[in-house]
Amino acid sequence: MSITSYGFLLFAGVLLLLYYIVPRRFQWCLLLIASYVFYAFSGVRYLGYILATTLCTYGASRIMGRLKDRQETFLKENKAILDREDRKFYKASVKKRQKRWLTAALLFNFGILAVIKYGNFVIGNVGALFGVPGDDLFFRLVLPLGISFYTFQTTGYLIDLYRGDYEPEKNFFRFSLFVSFFPQLIQGPISRFGALKDELYGKHAFDRRQVAFGLQRMLYGFFKKMVIADRIMTGLSTISGDPTVYTGAYAFAGMIFYAIDLYMDFSGGIDIVIGFSQALGIRLPENFRQPYFAVSLKDYWHRWHITLCDWFKDYVFYPISTSPRLLGLSKKLKAAGHGGLARRITVYTGNLTVWTLTGVWHGAAWNFIIWGLLNGCFLLLSQEMEPLYRRFYARFPALKENKPWKAFRILRTFLFVSLLCMFDYYSGAAAAGQAMASMVTQFNPAVLVDGSLLEIGLTAWDYGILLLSLILVFIVSLLKERGLSVRERIAARPLPVRVLVWYGLFLIVLLFGAYGIGYDASQFIYNQF
Amino acid sequence: MKMKKILTVAAIAVFIAGTLYLLQCLVVPKYMGDVVEGNFMAEYYDSGKDHDVIFIGDCEVYENFSPQVLWDQYGINSYIRGSAQQLVSQSYYVLEDTLKYEKPDVVVFSVLAVPYNEPPKESYNRMTLDGMRWSRTKIDAILTSMTEDEQFLDYIFPLLRYHSRITELTADDFTYLFHRDPVSHNGYYMRVDARPAENIPEGRPLPDYSIDAAQMDWLEKIRLLCEENDVELVLIKAPSLYPYWYDQWEEQIADYAEKHHLLYINLLALRDEAGLDYQTDTYDGGLHLNLAGAEKLSRYFGAILQEKCGLADRRNEAPLSIFWEDQAAWYAKDRKMQEEEIAKEGR
Repeated sequence: MSITSYGFLLFAGVLLLLYYIVPRRFQWCLLLIASYVFYAFSGVRYLGYILATTLCTYGASRIMGRLKDRQETFLKENKAILDREDRKFYKASVKKRQKRWLTAALLFNFGILAVIKYGNFVIGNVGALFGVPGDDLFFRLVLPLGISFYTFQTTGYLIDLYRGDYEPEKNFFRFSLFVSFFPQLIQGPISRFGALKDELYGKHAFDRRQVAFGLQRMLYGFFKKMVIADRIMTGLSTISGDPTVYTGAYAFAGMIFYAIDLYMDFSGGIDIVIGFSQALGIRLPENFRQPYFAVSLKDYWHRWHITLCDWFKDYVFYPISTSPRLLGLSKKLKAAGHGGLARRITVYTGNLTVWTLTGVWHGAAWNFIIWGLLNGCFLLLSQEMEPLYRRFYARFPALKENKPWKAFRILRTFLFVSLLCMFDYYSGAAAAGQAMASMVTQFNPAVLVDGSLLEIGLTAWDYGILLLSLILVFIVSLLKERGLSVRERIAARPLPVRVLVWYGLFLIVLLFGAYGIGYDASQFIYNQF
Repeated sequence: MKMKKILTVAAIAVFIAGTLYLLQCLVVPKYMGDVVEGNFMAEYYDSGKDHDVIFIGDCEVYENFSPQVLWDQYGINSYIRGSAQQLVSQSYYVLEDTLKYEKPDVVVFSVLAVPYNEPPKESYNRMTLDGMRWSRTKIDAILTSMTEDEQFLDYIFPLLRYHSRITELTADDFTYLFHRDPVSHNGYYMRVDARPAENIPEGRPLPDYSIDAAQMDWLEKIRLLCEENDVELVLIKAPSLYPYWYDQWEEQIADYAEKHHLLYINLLALRDEAGLDYQTDTYDGGLHLNLAGAEKLSRYFGAILQEKCGLADRRNEAPLSIFWEDQAAWYAKDRKMQEEEIAKEGR
């Protein structure tokens, strides 16, 4: 069930109504039922996957919790007879056993993900290596909805538990809701148990303001997704459909359109998800912070898909860069007089692992891996050039607060990020490389103004609607960037004004949204991640 | 204060409902230009409900029979309830809908759609179903006809379906915002122009000539509906040279009619008796008849109806005569307009 379908609106409407009718202590039960019903809409057979991950994670977490409880009881009961070394030894042995369960659960959960999402990629590449066509061996499996999201979420839960950040959830059904809470299954955000449990299991009284704010955010999400992202999709498909014909300025236009599409599609979906959760009284973590206002690549990755970046930082980067082996190696290098290398080895290893995995997470294809690695490499390059930047700003201190300079940095970052996204936009790395090269070798700027862009499936009306919509999103983003809440400001206006604003936005979505039988409704790009 | 709030909310509700209604009226297709068939269904509700004969079917009825001639020649008061590519299932619901308003003596059903079994198409669904008045019958018709991509909600709120027309509006959309001009003559689609039939292709061999059982079931439902309502059902095959009518199909339909003691007339086989000349009597090379052809066929078929179904001549009924006099004026006017247009454009 797409979250821009009538079915979802009906489903969400009925759920919202029931949610505030049922006794508050049963609200989480209703959410659990709704989540599984929602999941079943994507295919009853997929329920097995999410159930398997839920059961495995729950089982492992309970065992890990019990080991910890036993350890506490044992240490308490034998406080008098155990010296410090005994206690340390006992704790280490329990930790070891916990680690075994953690590893087993992670292998199981990631194993499902690996087989379903990456099995064919591995078979294809291994086959190619040995000159054997792998197509016949391919798994005929369809990716279950949100598998990457719930696998990452449960992984985070188990690791946090292992680290002793919180106690395991004892109630299986409550835990199931944490895994399956349907709004975030669609395209995130990836939540942490510690932050989400009170939101999910708490009792939520009807709060008119929260419900209104939630619905308003949903509407804004529909606007971004249906009026902008889905409308621009036609032109995008034309350009990427034939990279040998649509070269040069067409490829440049495609690059910009794709950057717009990706953000509007993803952040629009997140707005719908967070908005609906807010209407239920549940706060989900933000996933975007005006990413196209970023002044550098590093800044961009602090603003884009925030929950995924944080996940990789906490569960991959830090464990790798602070692993005893790597730190040992670093020490040895330092002792051998390679101070620079010793300093870099931990960060470089962590960074490149994270970015390879980020690429792999986005898709089982080489273009995604290249995209990930390029991001990692440029981030490291940028880090290496940090002293140069410092010297530059020391020489031109006025530039730090200079608005045109900031605008230039924003534009430069946007273009650079858009360029990297071409690996995601085109169907393969070769096609993306070809398109990039053509932007240099065959760039014909006349294409951008002579009406050629009216022949890629977008009419003058489409461009007009897109332009006005983007101006609206830009203004809203600018206000948010300055710390102003647009919804708060509108809420402070008299009722007729509020109605005009929100009804106006509703009409824009209703009339200019690319939905229904006249359009090839495009799914959310991040649905299958 | 409370009253003020209630009034404000009421005003907002009226404003929202009003604008949505207005927008819906604006974006729905008006079918007043080239494709006028989309208005046929709705026009029926404005007509009198005392018809002797109701024609049901697709273009094979609404382009081939002239109710005006049936009245002028035989005093038969008839109406055609047909629309483009009307499926057999849709014909059943259109008949059910019609029988809610009147009980004609005869229902003439065109059988072409029975073996052809065309898959439903959204645009044709719309032309047939949008014009029907809301009732249980319409709901059933929609649910039976919808393609995989269609949504029931789009039929309830056509604004959802046609919203994208907001960027394609024409003068017609404003002119016909709240009304439509008549486009048919008791359901007959008049075409005065002519294009001779040439090179009509032979039917290509089919792997299986048996008519789909589900289609025959709908035909059976039509028969039973007529029987329940004491209406005589007459089956016809119109004299269109194309789409091809196979002998095997003819046999199956004829057998069905014989089995149930129905009158079945293959007008394609009787085209010479009807005096049809496919050099002058068709406007699209033999697919459909033009006005000259439809009038010849109606004169021929009216005689059969009167003879076989015992229909009375009602030309002595004053209210009907007045109605048909008005119709004749509009009939003549439409004909003249088309003739003038042809003379002007040289078609």
